[in-house]
Amino acid sequence: MSRPTGRPADPPPVPSDAARPVGSGKRVLRINLLCGFLLGMGVVAFVDEAVFHQILHWHHFYDRGTSAAGLVSDGVFHAFSWFATVASLLVLARLRAEGSLRPRWVTGGLLVGAGLFQLYDGLVHHKLLGLHEIRYGVDLTPYDLVWNGVAVVLLVAGLVLVARSRAVADRPPR
Amino acid sequence: MTGPGFTVAVGVVALLALAGYAAGLWAARDRGHWPARRTASWVAGVAAATAAVAGPLADGAHDDFRLHMVAHVLLGMAAPLLLVLAAPVTLCLRALPVRAARGVSGVLRSLPARVLTHPVVAAASAVGGLWLLYRTGLYAATRHDPVLHVLVHAHVFAAGCLFTVSITGPDPAPHRPSPAVRAAVLVAAVAAHDVLTKMIYAYPPVGVGADEAGVAAQLMYYGGAPVEIALAVLLCREWLRDRRGPITVPRRPAGRRGDPRTSRRTPHRDRHGGPGRDRVAAQ
Repeated sequence: MSRPTGRPADPPPVPSDAARPVGSGKRVLRINLLCGFLLGMGVVAFVDEAVFHQILHWHHFYDRGTSAAGLVSDGVFHAFSWFATVASLLVLARLRAEGSLRPRWVTGGLLVGAGLFQLYDGLVHHKLLGLHEIRYGVDLTPYDLVWNGVAVVLLVAGLVLVARSRAVADRPPR
Repeated sequence: MTGPGFTVAVGVVALLALAGYAAGLWAARDRGHWPARRTASWVAGVAAATAAVAGPLADGAHDDFRLHMVAHVLLGMAAPLLLVLAAPVTLCLRALPVRAARGVSGVLRSLPARVLTHPVVAAASAVGGLWLLYRTGLYAATRHDPVLHVLVHAHVFAAGCLFTVSITGPDPAPHRPSPAVRAAVLVAAVAAHDVLTKMIYAYPPVGVGADEAGVAAQLMYYGGAPVEIALAVLLCREWLRDRRGPITVPRRPAGRRGDPRTSRRTPHRDRHGGPGRDRVAAQ
């Protein structure tokens, strides 16, 4: 992402600390992972809303009998995931512009974020708080197994990628 | 119910808003470039607010909760965003003579203005007002009392504008809290708005049928989302813009904060290099 144009008054970027080359070190790893993590949450929330609410109409906008805690959790889930999507996409663009984007690290964070959020949705929202079910009028067991199984697979794959990226980041720069 | 007199009054206010902006553009014509999108944003904002309170939509909204909700999203969310994006304060400061501009910036810096445009206060008044409206008998009362009806609409609009300007916008706002605080308030306010929509779905306000309430709740939920996302984009973009230097390099040590180039808050937020507030400050 380039900076907004039409800003003649914008001073040039302040030179970074001379000893610290841009695009290396723990901070780059952390920002790449965090960016992916937030994006992962956003992707899950988006898929949930677009596919399961809007296209399939499996999920319901509201279930009679949803607890107050369920409503609050759902509201925060929706609000935070949209904000996380926006923030992470803009940070992603900035990382790319600065040459600090590490797609594998972002992917690792993304899978962890997506897995955790899907697991939270599947266990806490669907089961514990009774917000809504995956689908209505069917035997839920296979749906729940697939839903939460996918979440665990995403989470484990993400954790493996994150562990690998940490190992790479710890390696001294060539 | 509000009668032709009210419609005429709304039309006059809308025309005055357009004329005022045009007069500002004329007075500031030699004070640098003014982006056309700001002007377009003002016109669209005035149109959205007007359509919400007068005309066929507003007439229909009196008996139909779904149309009421469309008008609510227009008046309390879309119109404020469009009007704030038009940077009316910046235009005003550019257009007015120096003494008057100094007066305006003095008002903006005053304690009441700072309290009213604090994100927490603004969010509480905007979302709290909606909770009062739809979760008490207030909504039913507005349908029979024209004065109350007008007051509620005025509050929804004013609170929407204050909330928007407390979160982001191109106008100078030297007292805005850090982006992190504003982001937290935005997420909390959006969450409270979302919870309220589901409450309306589950327990319709007095005098509203369940079917109507269900559609209206989804209109509020999905119609509000684009405005909420736009606020998030604007806030994040502003945060990244003010974050000088690569984000992969830590901020300077605290001792170096005084350097104006690295200072997190730029006192002059007019992005187009116009003589906006600087002109006032320099006198």
